[in-house]
Amino acid sequence: MDVLTVDGLSVDFTTQEGRARAVDNVSFSVPRNRTVALVGESGSGKTVISQTIMGLLPEKAQVSGGRVLFRDSDEAEPVDIAALDRKGPALRAIRGNRIAIIFQEPMTSLSPLHTIGDQIGEAAELHRGCSPAEARELTREMLRLVRFPDPARALDAYAFELSGGLRQRAMIAMAMICRPSLLIADEPTTALDVTIQAEILKLIKDVQTELHMSVLLITHDFGVVANMADDVVVIYHGRIMERGSAADLFANPQHAYLKALLNAVPRFGMEAGERLVPIRPIEPHAEGFLKKASGRPACAPGTPLVTLSGVTKRFTTRKGGMLGGSAHTVLALDDINLTVRRGECLGLVGESGSGKTTTAKAVLRAIEIDEGGIRYDCGKGPVDVAKMSGADLLDYRKRVQLIFQDPFSSLNPRMTVNELLSEPLVIHKIGTPEERAERVRELMRLVGLDPRFLRRYPHSFSGGQRQRIGIARALALNPEFILCDEPTSALDVSVQAQVLNLLKDLKAELGLTYLFVSHNLAVVDYIADRVAVMCRGRVVEVGATRDVVQNPLHPYTQALLASVPEPDLGAPLDFAALDAGRASEPAEWPDPYRVVDGVRPVLVEMAPGHFVCAPGLAPSRPAASMEAAQ
Amino acid sequence: MSMREETAHYVNPEAFNPAQAETLSPEQERYYQASQWQIMWWKFRRHRVAVWSGVILILFYLCVPFAELIAPYSPNERSNDHLYAPPQTLRLFHEGSFVGPFVYGSKASIDLETVRWVYAEDRQDVQPLRFFCSGSKYRFWGLFDARFHLVCPAEGGTLYLLGTDRLGRDVLSGLIYGARLSLTVGLVGVTISIVLGLFFGGIAGFFGGFIDSAIQRVIEILRSLPELPLWMALSAALPVTWSPVWIYLGITVILGLLDWPGLARAVRSKLMALREEEYAKAALLMGASPSRVIRKHLLPGFTSHIIASASLSIPAMILGETALSYLNLGLRRPAVSWGVLLNEAQDISVVVVYPWLMAPVVPIIVVVLAFNFLGDGLRDAADPYK
Repeated sequence: MDVLTVDGLSVDFTTQEGRARAVDNVSFSVPRNRTVALVGESGSGKTVISQTIMGLLPEKAQVSGGRVLFRDSDEAEPVDIAALDRKGPALRAIRGNRIAIIFQEPMTSLSPLHTIGDQIGEAAELHRGCSPAEARELTREMLRLVRFPDPARALDAYAFELSGGLRQRAMIAMAMICRPSLLIADEPTTALDVTIQAEILKLIKDVQTELHMSVLLITHDFGVVANMADDVVVIYHGRIMERGSAADLFANPQHAYLKALLNAVPRFGMEAGERLVPIRPIEPHAEGFLKKASGRPACAPGTPLVTLSGVTKRFTTRKGGMLGGSAHTVLALDDINLTVRRGECLGLVGESGSGKTTTAKAVLRAIEIDEGGIRYDCGKGPVDVAKMSGADLLDYRKRVQLIFQDPFSSLNPRMTVNELLSEPLVIHKIGTPEERAERVRELMRLVGLDPRFLRRYPHSFSGGQRQRIGIARALALNPEFILCDEPTSALDVSVQAQVLNLLKDLKAELGLTYLFVSHNLAVVDYIADRVAVMCRGRVVEVGATRDVVQNPLHPYTQALLASVPEPDLGAPLDFAALDAGRASEPAEWPDPYRVVDGVRPVLVEMAPGHFVCAPGLAPSRPAASMEAAQ
Repeated sequence: MSMREETAHYVNPEAFNPAQAETLSPEQERYYQASQWQIMWWKFRRHRVAVWSGVILILFYLCVPFAELIAPYSPNERSNDHLYAPPQTLRLFHEGSFVGPFVYGSKASIDLETVRWVYAEDRQDVQPLRFFCSGSKYRFWGLFDARFHLVCPAEGGTLYLLGTDRLGRDVLSGLIYGARLSLTVGLVGVTISIVLGLFFGGIAGFFGGFIDSAIQRVIEILRSLPELPLWMALSAALPVTWSPVWIYLGITVILGLLDWPGLARAVRSKLMALREEEYAKAALLMGASPSRVIRKHLLPGFTSHIIASASLSIPAMILGETALSYLNLGLRRPAVSWGVLLNEAQDISVVVVYPWLMAPVVPIIVVVLAFNFLGDGLRDAADPYK
């Protein structure tokens, strides 16, 4: 029996510019007790479909055709949700009761003013007529079901006291409390770290088995699809491109779009020279650029370009008001030793809070470090970055550039692309206005954008195009070292492949050096020559990418790799092996890897060029760690 | 569950267009090449009430430069025969036949029982209005003598569309001349307030730390003072011997001095928010100096907000001037403002008998409302990228 049948659904949006069709004649069904994945890129209409099912469409959207039939028991007549009044009691009785939803952003979907217990219990009081005491009992039961460590205590906790993973668990408990027949999970793990993502996916599977419910999983991540879905619906620009069982679709993709998407996903174990195939490939044109860049004295590739030695950073937060209060210190970077070699791409991998972005900022001299030193070799020997000033610092700013994570907020919305790209040249007083104009056009061609776009403002571009503008801006000053701070994490898979290929090509053509910060191991595996894994402000493993990915030695790296869902039905996640986040707790690592306060995270060479943080194996002379990372 | 058959494999027969996500329609093309001011204007235009408020305000502000031409009389011109004359009705038809706009003449007499002027309309005395005519003499902008008016009473007739006051001065002309001071008080005051607000808010927002705390405390103190008594105290400090022009300047300075804290706060919070934007950081990391970051990257982001909040504080200034003048603490005759005109209406018994003396209340309400609607519209349009 099908719990949900979407039949020829079309949804239109009325905007100032006219009507736009967001969903066009979409049909699929969600059978009982099965998981259907709705896969598509941003703007494909997958969220609009979930809003239609929940009756949460915005005012300006109209269902212009088709039906959404919901039936949760064999006897009941199917209800056409699309025809119900969006504010009426009939829909209210279904929403949150028979159909529940969990959202992408656990940080904002819980109210900060109510306890977790009150928020979860509210649905039970509303839909099942529970008394507050019964609701509380039911909530405790649900929190136990979603494996809260201490359900009784969590009842009275507030959202801000919980981590992202626990909040998402609370959201799932909230969705589950009325034992719905259908759960809509709208990108439930996109905002979470990969180890937590695996836990949440496991949880959704467990809860589904226990409550016999159907799941409509909305995602863009084929790794999640391969691990969760029974059926898959692929949607592009409001139209279904391909639909079928997961086994069929992964084994035998038919439509050009699905094939293209699958080709664009980076996987572990790609051949050394294998390239991703983006849906919209671009050709960087570097002719004019190479000529001018050659003026700089060439240095031998492989020599150290940036060296971090013993870099330590503490963040102090003051609790209390202006009349003082206790200081609270967080160790953001603990004795970081890293070397970036000229001409390589060093991947810096870690989960949120691991200190990878702080490391990048320290190299940029965007924050001051407390201990240790960062030396940069401009070709005349290493210079301490912290001691640079005046013309030296300005020169450093020219040589070292940053590509931001968020292509939306990093471009000033009030400047045209032309102004954005010439801004670095103006700041450094390079060239005449004519030369700058020529340079800006060259930059546009370099990232495969039409120079006619120069008069446009950034809001007119898609995420991938904006990120290319960001890359062009970073290249404007002919830098030699570029820090990429999660440059593709805000982009769709197909666009990610395009940007990754562009970065690869530019590196080869312009002889750049990258420090590539990312939480996505598959991406780092694709682009980086060497990789450094960070956890809780410490570097836990450094080595050639291939060595680290295929032969991880540190327990954290192993856990990290084990949690990455692969877009391959043959390699499912081993849910049984997950250990509830203990792998990211340095004090819980087994000997000799355990790091407790006061112990230096010493890197030890376990294999040639492959270093692991293992204080227990360190020789007694502490100075040994200084050279260890070389 | 194992009973059900496998889901059929469906493949859309149509190909897909990879460029679909990045192709733009001509309208989008136009939109995407528009500057922030153009987009703000498009957004503002959709706010009907705000647009109409803007039009009304423009009409009112036309009185400022051309008061002499628009008003039929000078504001201080007396007519001893028409003390407390009621408004004359504008008519088009006399005894069924069309004669164009005219008023009937009136005859004054004193009602000895109630001791008040009574005006009887003389239905035979047709006084057609003259247009683009030569009327009472004035000094245009204080530069040269002229007699040209847009509209004048008939030769030897009167035109008191809103009646007269106790000295026989035309209320309508008073309103038109009064707009000159009442409406500009807000603009001049807001200019002072913007300069101070930008300066103090700017340094508080950019430097933060101790300077920020100090300025914040000063603002809190200023905002905790009761407004009206403070205005009164400051206005009372203006020497009585000053000419009306100096008093006017003094009043605007007082109003501006007391208004800047609000704007300073707006500037500070906006600057602090924008400073954290990644594009500002990007500029710093490119090597831009702090002053360049403020000028090129931050300032364009909040000018529109400043304009919007300024337009919302103009009505407060207009009301402030009105209140002061009404209380005899602000402007005084021969200067004319709406507050000065309302000063005539201080005596409740006079207002009961001659209600048209309250006429200045109407333009005040209209202007204040219009500014509020306009400010709302501007505020909604101020961030074109939200």
